[in-house]
Amino acid sequence: MIRFILSKLLYLVPTFIGITIIAFGFVRILPGDPVLLMAGERGISPERHAELSAQLGFDRPIWVQYFDFLGRLFQGDLGNSLVTKKPVMDEFLTLFPATVELGLVAILLATIIGVPVGVLAAIKRGSWFDQVSMTAALVGFSMPIFWWGLLLIIFFSGILGWTPVSGRISLMYFFPDVTGFMLIDSLLSGQKGAFTSALSHLILPSIVLATIPLAVIARQTRSAMLEVMGEDYVRTARAKGMPQSRVVGVHALRNAMIPVITTIGLQIGVLMAGAILTESIFSWPGIGKWMIDSISRRDYPVVQSGLLLIAGLVMLVNLLVDLTYGLINPRIRHK
Amino acid sequence: MTQPVATPPVARLSDAAIRRQMLTEFWFYFRQNRGAVVGMWVFLVLVLLAVFAQVIAPHDPTQQYRDALLVPPFWQEGGRASFLLGTDAVGRDMLSRLIYGAQYSLFIGIVVVAIALIGGIFVGLLAGFFGGWVDTVIMRVMDVILAFPSLLLALVLVAVLGPGLTNAMIAIAIVYQPHFARLTRAAVMGEKEREYVTAARVAGAGKLRLMFKTILPNCLAPLIVQATLSFSSAVLDSAALGFLGMGAQPPASEWGTMLAEAREFILRAWWVVTLPGLAILISVLAINLMGDGLRDALDPKLKRS
Repeated sequence: MIRFILSKLLYLVPTFIGITIIAFGFVRILPGDPVLLMAGERGISPERHAELSAQLGFDRPIWVQYFDFLGRLFQGDLGNSLVTKKPVMDEFLTLFPATVELGLVAILLATIIGVPVGVLAAIKRGSWFDQVSMTAALVGFSMPIFWWGLLLIIFFSGILGWTPVSGRISLMYFFPDVTGFMLIDSLLSGQKGAFTSALSHLILPSIVLATIPLAVIARQTRSAMLEVMGEDYVRTARAKGMPQSRVVGVHALRNAMIPVITTIGLQIGVLMAGAILTESIFSWPGIGKWMIDSISRRDYPVVQSGLLLIAGLVMLVNLLVDLTYGLINPRIRHK
Repeated sequence: MTQPVATPPVARLSDAAIRRQMLTEFWFYFRQNRGAVVGMWVFLVLVLLAVFAQVIAPHDPTQQYRDALLVPPFWQEGGRASFLLGTDAVGRDMLSRLIYGAQYSLFIGIVVVAIALIGGIFVGLLAGFFGGWVDTVIMRVMDVILAFPSLLLALVLVAVLGPGLTNAMIAIAIVYQPHFARLTRAAVMGEKEREYVTAARVAGAGKLRLMFKTILPNCLAPLIVQATLSFSSAVLDSAALGFLGMGAQPPASEWGTMLAEAREFILRAWWVVTLPGLAILISVLAINLMGDGLRDALDPKLKRS
């Protein structure tokens, strides 16, 4: 197992180097002067230009800049935002829990609904439930989620007035940041109504973000179940006179879960892309909105580091999925 | 006593006949999937709308009717028959803009898939055929691209290249290309040790001929399915970029861009928000339905079951 982990880690090294090259390189492949580009239409004085160039290291050879960048990266220094002047790492760490909270709730929602729906659709293959749920899954899979979010706002916030339109919690509540997760912190604060407020802010964004993963998980669970149900050991279990619930729940489901778990793990990339759209619709103060804002403000140090952090994160989660997969299925480990 | 064994006459089919037979078989399996057929018809309608937009659309999509701002669809109170689906905030006819929007979506889909497919096939063939360090280098580069969430990478690329439709298409194509490269590589690696390839090699076929004429045609099935899926994702992602202000720029009647412009009216005029999104959903759904049918018809494993 240790050899398996090591080989997986080793395999990631070139990918990680590639990610740093892309994150480092994108500002510099721009035609023209990056400092002028950052200044945008405001223009910049020659003194400030020289100062910024030196500060960002653009006056040195490119490979020196790259190794400098790497060196600082390993010390956890990602530079400062051009707009807020604060360290990028600090900004990231403040906003990251918001995205994690949203993402976790979304993936939970997608799994809790998606897996049972997929299993039921597979068991009752060809029934109306199968047809309706799989049609719904295909619609969900094809959904432009930025539009879906707007529709939900029109209906639940506009017409029914049930949910707030944006943010994480009502401005009425104020409590210390303990875990960074609004749901937990609001409970810890003991303030009346704080938790309900946090929950009502979270519900629409998490539905929007869960839509595509939910569709993918339901479809994947159904096809994995169908495949497993045709296996000999399931037939044997049936022939032994085992009740249907045991055949499905124990023999089939456990084996069908392996590809499903992989699918769930792979949704992290989808979630990050979805978070950009979801957070920008609901003004959710997470890293997706942070990236969009930074891109439109030309805050290149933030974009560069954000790109790196997000790609690194996706890579890490994929590694964890690979490792879990090896843990569940020894055959993978010994290949 | 010994009689010559009569060899049964071998049915020799011409290439054209074989192709016809394959097409018939493909159509037979494709038709089994009702959703796929519906998807195909919807897609055809979209194509017709896009091609004949100038004839079909009742108004110019950029013409602003100053006396008709935010007119609701005709069935609602205050609606007018001349603007069937209403008008937007500057008095442009929604129906005409939606019809012209089909042009954008199909054009984007075709261009993105073409670039990604050609690029992906090329590097995938190189990696799969030559193996060794060529393979390692190419596939590691693809891994790097895949490590970024596609929309994020496309966004950053567009930010670097400058917002606009062309750059958005290039960015999306770059992001999709690794999927094609991986599929091609896997298929090539499966095929290149087969006897017919060895036979061609022994017969003296050069490397290029082996790659493009001998092996490639036998790897196409998964690529076609992936191309359909990428087509629908391209429509979605370009609309998302347009929505975020990084894709087609106003006054283009691209559906995502239309949605972005409509955002501030979301509680006042439902039609300017609902209709462009519905158009995106219907097109993407139709293409995905078609993709499901194509997969069923082209995947021999599923055919048997």
